[in-house]
Amino acid sequence: MVDLALKEDATSKPATSRMPGNLGSDRTFRAISVSSAVAVLVMFTGIMAALIYGAWPAISAFGLSFLWTEIWNPVTQKFGAVAPIYGTLVTSLIAMLIAVPVGIGIAIFLTELCPPSLRRPIGIAVELLAGIPSIIYGIWGLFVLAPFVQQYVMPPVIDAFSNVPVLSDLFAGPPYGIGIFTAGVILAIMVLPFITAVSRDVFLAVPPVLKEAAYGLGATKWEVEYNVVLPYARGGVVGGIMLALGRALGETMAVTFVIGNANRVSTSLFAPGTTISASIANEFTEAVGPLYAPALVFLGLILFFVTVIVLGAAQYMLYRLEKRAGGKS
Amino acid sequence: MNRSRYARRRRRSTVFMGLSIAATLFGLGWLGMILGALLYQGFSGLDISVFTKSTPPPAAAGGLLNAIVGSLLMVFFAVAIGTPVGLMAGTYLGEYGRHGRLGFVVRFLNDILLSAPSIVLGLFIYDAMVLTMGHFSAWAGGVALATIVIPVVVRTTENILLLIPNTLREAAAALGAGHSIIIRQITWRAARAGIITGLLLAVARISGETAPLLFTALNNQFFSLDPNGPMASLPVSIFQMAMSPYADWHRLAWSGALLITMAVLILSITARAVESRSEQ
Repeated sequence: MVDLALKEDATSKPATSRMPGNLGSDRTFRAISVSSAVAVLVMFTGIMAALIYGAWPAISAFGLSFLWTEIWNPVTQKFGAVAPIYGTLVTSLIAMLIAVPVGIGIAIFLTELCPPSLRRPIGIAVELLAGIPSIIYGIWGLFVLAPFVQQYVMPPVIDAFSNVPVLSDLFAGPPYGIGIFTAGVILAIMVLPFITAVSRDVFLAVPPVLKEAAYGLGATKWEVEYNVVLPYARGGVVGGIMLALGRALGETMAVTFVIGNANRVSTSLFAPGTTISASIANEFTEAVGPLYAPALVFLGLILFFVTVIVLGAAQYMLYRLEKRAGGKS
Repeated sequence: MNRSRYARRRRRSTVFMGLSIAATLFGLGWLGMILGALLYQGFSGLDISVFTKSTPPPAAAGGLLNAIVGSLLMVFFAVAIGTPVGLMAGTYLGEYGRHGRLGFVVRFLNDILLSAPSIVLGLFIYDAMVLTMGHFSAWAGGVALATIVIPVVVRTTENILLLIPNTLREAAAALGAGHSIIIRQITWRAARAGIITGLLLAVARISGETAPLLFTALNNQFFSLDPNGPMASLPVSIFQMAMSPYADWHRLAWSGALLITMAVLILSITARAVESRSEQ
């Protein structure tokens, strides 16, 4: 093959003039490629700019006090972000409390305990969970999970804690089924696969000699996981958790269905509430008045800002991990 | 050696390993329950009129034809806009800007956009297109979905290009091929399966997206092919119908949810098949 190609080249004119792509098309192609990359950059700054522009009336009217005002009154055009911010943080917290241990547990199962023949199917099943669109979680949460929670979870919990000081406030009120708690549970199911996928990958990257050395010293399976695998994989696991947190903070549809859309802060986790994304989804198309829609865009700006920081931190951790892995090989 | 202490450590290990098995059953249990409810409720409401009729008035018979067509159309717009941009930007990251500063910044921001809240993208397109055009439109819906397609395609394209061995590029360069020829004729061709996989995943991702369409394409009770006006889509119709008090609409919402999930699952399985076939 090589001989033939050489002979042909030797007998014909210089290759550059025959090649369909000469220097000119090289340059055009590169220019298109660079401008596409710049387009991603422009998209990012465009999002920022459009949000600031759209929110400007609200920013100039309320300023930073928007962040700590708890009022949401379209009639008087007074708005504050406390209730949606509170709902966003609390639902994400509930989601992480459930999803982190379960997600890491599944990753440990997949890397350590699972029979090899089951590893692939279970891995695929977990990834399917990640692929299901959020609106499916929403409709399922509304028609299946919420009635279940209303009937079988909320009443006994409310009864059980009715005489315990702090807990009676956390789990109080009529059992609606929908509310902050149910939204947190749905979010947990949604972000679970992200934690599992990233954790599994970093667990698999732990050098076997480290584990073998620990087993050789007589460590049990759990001791190996806890003292060798987890510390080694810490950066990646934290990156995966941050990634999941970023998703949970911004998730819209799954939450909108089951949160109850009540713009207030309640101490009870069983009470209806709202999140930033749910407020926008529910109210934006009906927002009338000079400040209503801008206030919602202001909420969106806050959400974007927070998720960029969280996701940026996650990205930074995962990059650092990649660099370490790349440096070693 | 202290036997009772060793026994305790063994027990502890067994307990925690048991917990990890329980966690797996818990996670798979959710998947089973969701798919079970979806199949049961979705199929019980699924009949031919779902595909032949448009959104009914409350408490009347109808279907999802307008929503299905709208979704297909807007997904098509999004892919038509998003693929070239994403492919070329991913090519920049994988071929030209591997170590450059622009490459670093674009890679970083793209990975953030990949997980950014999709409702914010909807607000962005609302401000950028709906306000300037003065009305809701399927164009705006398609562009909003394209903002989700682009990061996915960029990421998968770069990933696959990084896997193409450099010797291939060097061999082509040694034969006198210019850089653009090397990329188009050699690396893209070698990366084709990966690029198609990325595209399928992007379509799977946007076919269920609701939030970016709420204030861009809005919704439409009637069958419409006019991309300049509001258009129905499956996710937005499901949202509207599920939140309504009407039992007929709830049934349609479940059928729509089943259709979307089926589409997403088929797309992901196809993507996986393309990927694994190229690995062989």
